[in-house]
Amino acid sequence: MTATDERSHHAHQDEFQATIDADQRIEPRDWMPEAYRKTLIRQIAQHAHSEIIGMQPEGNWISRAPSLRRKAILLAKVQDEAGHGMYLYAAAETLGVDREELTEKLISAKQKYSSIFNYPTLTYADVGVIGWLVDGAAICNQVPLCRCSYGPYARAMVRICKEESFHQRQGYELLLAMVNGTREQKAMVQESVNRWWWPSLMMFGPADGDSPNTQQSMAWNIKRHTNDELRQRFVDMTVPQAEVLGVTLPDPDLRWNEERQAHDFGEPDWSEFKAVITGAGPANAQRLEHRRRAHENGAWVREAAQAYADKQVSA
Amino acid sequence: MNDHVHDLDHDVTNAYQSLSETTAHDDPRWAFGTGFEDGLSLGEAEISAPVPDGVDAADLAAYCQMLGDDALIYSQRLSEWVANAPELEEEVALANTALDLLGQARVLLSRAGHVEGRGRDEDALAYLRDQAGFRNVALAEQSDELDFGRCIARLLIFSTWRLALLHRLLGSADPLIAAVAGKGVKELTYHRDYAARWALRLGDGTDESHRRMQAGLDWAWPYVEELFRTSDEERRLVAAGVAVDPAETRAEFDAVLAQVLEQATLVRPAVAPAGTIGGRSGRQGVHTERLGYVLAEMQSVAREHPGATW
Repeated sequence: MTATDERSHHAHQDEFQATIDADQRIEPRDWMPEAYRKTLIRQIAQHAHSEIIGMQPEGNWISRAPSLRRKAILLAKVQDEAGHGMYLYAAAETLGVDREELTEKLISAKQKYSSIFNYPTLTYADVGVIGWLVDGAAICNQVPLCRCSYGPYARAMVRICKEESFHQRQGYELLLAMVNGTREQKAMVQESVNRWWWPSLMMFGPADGDSPNTQQSMAWNIKRHTNDELRQRFVDMTVPQAEVLGVTLPDPDLRWNEERQAHDFGEPDWSEFKAVITGAGPANAQRLEHRRRAHENGAWVREAAQAYADKQVSA
Repeated sequence: MNDHVHDLDHDVTNAYQSLSETTAHDDPRWAFGTGFEDGLSLGEAEISAPVPDGVDAADLAAYCQMLGDDALIYSQRLSEWVANAPELEEEVALANTALDLLGQARVLLSRAGHVEGRGRDEDALAYLRDQAGFRNVALAEQSDELDFGRCIARLLIFSTWRLALLHRLLGSADPLIAAVAGKGVKELTYHRDYAARWALRLGDGTDESHRRMQAGLDWAWPYVEELFRTSDEERRLVAAGVAVDPAETRAEFDAVLAQVLEQATLVRPAVAPAGTIGGRSGRQGVHTERLGYVLAEMQSVAREHPGATW
């Protein structure tokens, strides 16, 4: 690096830091540290992949939705997720990667997606519980991202969060209908909550002491709260909602702590979490195989679209 | 740190908007994308409108089932593409098409149930009828086996045909059918345009896509003739100003297909049409082997829980 380069590098660095310190937005044409760019690409891609993989567990019930109204709601929801994937890939593209490249990384397991989608959906109650707990946890994670320092990501998140909170309400409304229905329906809801509760808590990531990237992400205003802060908030919000539903959250240590003005709760099984994020969850192989197959089956279609477009240009 | 906690409270309060207070069915976005708000409100007045003068209620109920079942069963097939489409844009477009058709099916089946007067609603008709009670055409129930060439071929055929029907139903003497046509014409115009654009890309894309698009047409073509066969109910309802004679839409269908196929360098298949059984086919409840599987899957949860509300 020459002396001039070095001076300009420092000037860029100072300008970037000043923008961050003033809690303002970094835009695609602004200079940014390589590590900031890489962190964002990784996080936005992971988020986009989660939307796309998340279509599978919910899409699993579209054909069997037990009323036409529920079918329409679920189909619209899964369609929204494809839309979210599109905005997020577009946000990632402003950082100099393209969708095709990111898709290749997803199907070759070089980039991750949310651990939660490696669990199977086994009953129709899972559709409601995913809306309530999984979308609820996602909202806790994502609402602060609407103020993230990277402009395109923050703007994509505003739209996504609106739709996610709408999905969460739909999920909760399904559960309310079910717990007020037959005994079998109510039991189905409880059984589903039993399966999804701990995986939902794991969505916030490892405990703060085991989350090495958190401090840097917070310094860059990408992340605004620690994993444990968000997890606590999620539990505190969810407990009264569970009471309204009349379901029990499967944690014997869950109780109100008057002194902390917050709920105490048990520790998720971190060995299960570790297995799921390293590829050994209940449905990892199935999810990736499905995505890979769909992508490969579509290759001839994408090639045809390209060939047709090329002919129009040359004609 | 305190700032963080404060921000978090603020963020989360906004996002949740007190969940348990917002469970009423009055939000127009509950079934965002279906158009008919929460499914049915646009058609509420029309669904319960009196049967037009001089119209046989059983014929009208049957006709609403025909139009509704075509939309429902085809929507069910299209939604198999969810998480299987070649590109995200196609995920969105195909799901949207399935949603539009599902929206049409819901009001048409509601109208059928109302007119019939036996207390059946859209769900009783969708989930509790057996195969022989369904009146959809065979084209709707086939499995495209997630072959995009077949998918586009069927969508092109179905949307061209249904758009021609709905155009002519804008002036139907039945207010619900006229309302469905009013909304449906816009939807089907988009579906047909989408299918035609893909037929061009595939037909005039690569050698492989040309071959597969042509194979898709060959696959769907045996079920084309049925689309233009007039049932007795339709014949009587044409006279009463409620229905359109599907045979009348054949010329328009042929002209549109000829134009698209020519531009796409494809040829009109020369394959024999699927025959009838004693003159009966989908409109009379006589189906192909495929429908049984569609219904077994679609109805499974609903039938497992008799008396449940969802």
